[in-house]
Amino acid sequence: MTRAAIVSAGWYGFKPEVGDLSFREMMFEAALRAYAKVGVDPRKDVDAFISCQEDYWEGIAITDEFAPEPVGGVLRPTLTVTGDLIQCLGQAVMLVRTGYFDLVSIEAHAKPSDILTLKGVMDMALDPIYLRPLSPPNPHFLAGIMASSFLARTGLGREALALVVSKNKNAGLDNPRASHASPVTVGDVISADTVVDPLTRYDIAPFSDAAIVMLVGGEEAARKVTDTPVWIEGIGWATESGTGSLAYHSWDSMPSMKMAVEMAKGMAGLSGRPQSFASFAEVEDRYSFMELLALEEAGVADPIEGFRMLEAGDFDPNGFFPVNPSGGSLAAGVSFEVTGGFRVLEAYERLLALGGDLEPGLERALVVSWRGPPTRTSMSVILGV
Amino acid sequence: MSEEKSLPGTYLRERDLQSLPGIVEHRPDVKYLYSAGQAQSMFLRGLKDGRILGVRCMRCGRVYVPPRSYCEYCFAPTGDWVELSGEGEVHTAVVSYISTFRERLEKPEIVAVVKLYAPGYTNKDDEYEFAGMFHKLCGVGEDDVINGRVIGMRVKPRWRPPEERIGSVTDIECFEPVQS
Repeated sequence: MTRAAIVSAGWYGFKPEVGDLSFREMMFEAALRAYAKVGVDPRKDVDAFISCQEDYWEGIAITDEFAPEPVGGVLRPTLTVTGDLIQCLGQAVMLVRTGYFDLVSIEAHAKPSDILTLKGVMDMALDPIYLRPLSPPNPHFLAGIMASSFLARTGLGREALALVVSKNKNAGLDNPRASHASPVTVGDVISADTVVDPLTRYDIAPFSDAAIVMLVGGEEAARKVTDTPVWIEGIGWATESGTGSLAYHSWDSMPSMKMAVEMAKGMAGLSGRPQSFASFAEVEDRYSFMELLALEEAGVADPIEGFRMLEAGDFDPNGFFPVNPSGGSLAAGVSFEVTGGFRVLEAYERLLALGGDLEPGLERALVVSWRGPPTRTSMSVILGV
Repeated sequence: MSEEKSLPGTYLRERDLQSLPGIVEHRPDVKYLYSAGQAQSMFLRGLKDGRILGVRCMRCGRVYVPPRSYCEYCFAPTGDWVELSGEGEVHTAVVSYISTFRERLEKPEIVAVVKLYAPGYTNKDDEYEFAGMFHKLCGVGEDDVINGRVIGMRVKPRWRPPEERIGSVTDIECFEPVQS
């Protein structure tokens, strides 16, 4: 069975607001860049197109029908997935591995700036019988419950979360996609007003408008179009009992994340802690505490050990095992279904940039992402060069 | 539910329905402000000025109305802007007597696809590719539609007065026959 690789990627936006382009124009710009880099004509060379989107984010019902045109997929096999771009990546890997598809284009886009009533939109994801009548005051209340539970279980304090914020906001200063990067200190975070206990506004990633298109190819097709394929060695995803059963969740952990990482490791034939086989990680951090939780679920370190490593600078961009050297979502923002794909894009580009500088056996990156509140869906990817 | 009774029997009122255990009401508060984007913003500005603008693909020559920033067939950015006269011919039309819920409309509505005359563009081999607009049709009768007499009929936009235009497709009230 053929291996699958990311052979090219294009993006557009990653700004708090891209007011001058429609979402379709953003998709086109991202697609144009992805295809141009490797000289691919989507009208002839791409065998299938997959779009990851969700109607309520778009404000358009059956938004699937808007997918083909901007990415070159008119009158071609196109499918849509209600999920994160990483879930599209999983579909692309499966298509490629059937042997019937050589090159597959995947896409996700987000325009949070088009939404006037984000709470109202996110309410629509809550159970209509039980939760909606309670009308929680903001979409972050679930994260607040999770953060409180996480801190209570681990015994960690606010400063642990503030350290994550400071690391990521500063790391993003070198990243053109990190529009929300800033030289924030631990003191800045701790002294800021609480937004949702125990989180301040710094602990919560803002939103960004963004679009990403990636080309995924089987081994032969990948080598035909590029000298620098990045192999999708492993990929996994899982959903817990879902948002229909919030009361039954384990609030201080994220079992779906652990399952997704294990699935990816199994596919890649890897075992042990990620730092034993990967050189860096891009992990979930749309709420500060999620980075420490993601590192725990991925098997990098338990929260206490993770905090110690964080304090010691092990997760800094130039540390022993960089975590979110891109700045993560805290610096680049949350872009709905693009968010996990953003982490893959960062890992892909960093692997290409590091190239031969990577230690043998560590030419890999681990990606771990969550679909965001109120979902209990997580994804993981292991990329290698 | 309407209180007006037109059939025999006992009608359920809205509050009767809401009081039934097992029924939970939720009225979505979902509002958006859609970015029209570069191509359609130009189009909307044109409508406000009483002009119909299209854009040409420099590779295949197709003229897009409403305009697009890209040609979906060539996957290339579109190029020159084209101003159309607004005149065209009815490609297809339908008369509708009912609403979505199949209630009979007081006044039937006629909608049509109008193939616009675009300078320098004759449609490709496929007769369904053309610069065109989907809009209401006025000045014709139901029978004209039912009997197919409107097909191929020359029509032009009936513009709202300039002071009423807002930069929307509704700045055109409807398409009406061109009097010869």
